Amino acid sequence: MAKKSNAAVAAIPKKKKSFKDICRDNIGFFFVLPWLFGFLVFKLWPMASSLFYSFTDYNLFKGMNVIGTLQNYIDVFTTRKIVTALQVTFKYAFITVPLKLVFALFIAYILNFKIKGVNFFRTAYYIPSILGGSVAIAVLWKAVFRDDGLLNTVLGFFGIAGPSWLSDPDYALFVICLLRVWQFGSAMVIFLAALKGVPQDLYEAAAIDGAGKWRQFFSVTVPIITPVIFYNLVTQLCQAFQEFNGPYIITQGGPRNSTTLISLLIYNSAFKQYDMGMASAMAWVMFVILMIFTIIAFLSQKYWVFYSDEEG
Amino acid sequence: MAAESKTKHYVNLFIRYFVLILVGLIMVYPLIWMVGATFKSNSEIFSSIGFIPKNPTLEGYQKAMENYGGTINVWKAMLNTFSYVIPKVIFTMISATVTAYGFGRFQFKGRGILFSILMATLFLPQVVLNVPQFILFTKLGWVDSPLYLPIIVPTLFATDTLFVFQLIQFLRNVPKELDEAAKIDGCNSVQTLVKVIVPMLSPAITSIALFQFMWSSNDFMGPLLYVNTPAKYPLAIFVKLSMDADAGFSWNRILALSLISILPSLIIFFLAQDKFVDGISAGGVKG
Repeated sequence: MAKKSNAAVAAIPKKKKSFKDICRDNIGFFFVLPWLFGFLVFKLWPMASSLFYSFTDYNLFKGMNVIGTLQNYIDVFTTRKIVTALQVTFKYAFITVPLKLVFALFIAYILNFKIKGVNFFRTAYYIPSILGGSVAIAVLWKAVFRDDGLLNTVLGFFGIAGPSWLSDPDYALFVICLLRVWQFGSAMVIFLAALKGVPQDLYEAAAIDGAGKWRQFFSVTVPIITPVIFYNLVTQLCQAFQEFNGPYIITQGGPRNSTTLISLLIYNSAFKQYDMGMASAMAWVMFVILMIFTIIAFLSQKYWVFYSDEEG
Repeated sequence: MAAESKTKHYVNLFIRYFVLILVGLIMVYPLIWMVGATFKSNSEIFSSIGFIPKNPTLEGYQKAMENYGGTINVWKAMLNTFSYVIPKVIFTMISATVTAYGFGRFQFKGRGILFSILMATLFLPQVVLNVPQFILFTKLGWVDSPLYLPIIVPTLFATDTLFVFQLIQFLRNVPKELDEAAKIDGCNSVQTLVKVIVPMLSPAITSIALFQFMWSSNDFMGPLLYVNTPAKYPLAIFVKLSMDADAGFSWNRILALSLISILPSLIIFFLAQDKFVDGISAGGVKG
């Protein structure tokens, strides 16, 4: 009896599956089909064509005359303006990402104590992140950092003559960085949720061992939330490398290109000079650099990120 | 000893509140100042640090209502913004849910590799896509189309993969027994999605709808690239151009315009802030 049914089971796969059966077994595929179509048409195809354009002199109006040239890439690494823009982008990312993470974690840590009015503070800190990317906030930033703007008026109140924030190359990038650091709220909310998940008994055990609050923070809290720190690090890095609105609206990349991030150059090259080949090459260089950083971050995980299932 | 630790406790408490209030004030003051400045005269705006206007005036708002280039005013621009934000939100809700359902609940050939692709696109920078997408949409004749096609159509295909990812995370916590019960009751997979999964996911779907609303209404790059007709300008472009045109002299008007432009986002945020907090926490912390 059992033998017979085994034979029957074994016989089923041998029978040629009808198209209907294949469809039924892979019904999930039909649900992801729209996404797959979108990926192929709006992501993969553009990526591939962009890689192709980067090796051509494609101009939206003059067309394509040279194919298979490395000239764009040579230009990227030899044109002073582009190299400077890459440096400014690095500077921007390496100033804003750590500052944003440190601020976010620090404030989340304080909020995680039994503080009265947590929701009120959380809201106040979170609003800038919600609105920060908008044109309105960039306009506000311009009003705050004008020569006679809010900040210098406040400084003047204390008898300090503030610098020309937006027209001095030494300060303009700082203003653009500040706009991003100001939006630490979203990272903070993520940290706060993670901190709530740290088991209380770990703190108690550390306290019994005589660890002070700071010691507890660095030896208990930080190790446990490293996966979340990692998540925030990677997402913030991706965003920082793509920043566009701030410098475009507030400083137009000036003064003296001190706030020209690479995204601004890509935009100018593509949509002012219509030099799609050059713009694509710059975008790919930026993409590869970002990818290298992301891969380094992923590889570095095993040295500093602790996932709970590894701890056993 | 006890008194000493009590003092220490209060000092700690004081420091915490002091830091929280000080940082909070620095963060929020520019926004408060902005609201006040919209009711000031242009000569008063930059002459004091207080946010309460000495001689309140509606001049900024009156001037903000004026037409720009004869074809567009702030309300028309707001209507334009909504005319692509609302379809984007609806399409994203549907396409992201369907995709998340497919990945979260089914095994099929190639699922593994497709899921890896989905995860990889989370890290795909939009800056790299802008140029070739623009060329693609130009060839399709969609640039400056009256229906904002380049901005809306991709959302039909769940192109914002972060939302798909968030829904998959939520879906993991929805018990699979519910699907099986529905199957026994004779539901096919589409009926299960509509009758079981969507109601269970509705908090998460609401959360992604709110985020999409916020991000789309504040998006600047999309309309900057794909909208060239002044009558079709959304708020983001309208505010930017007003600022360029007025730079330096009519700040109460520009700040009033800016405030009006973020008002819908602010209202939505205050009505549903817990949803935002839940949504962003769930996306970051794997469940």
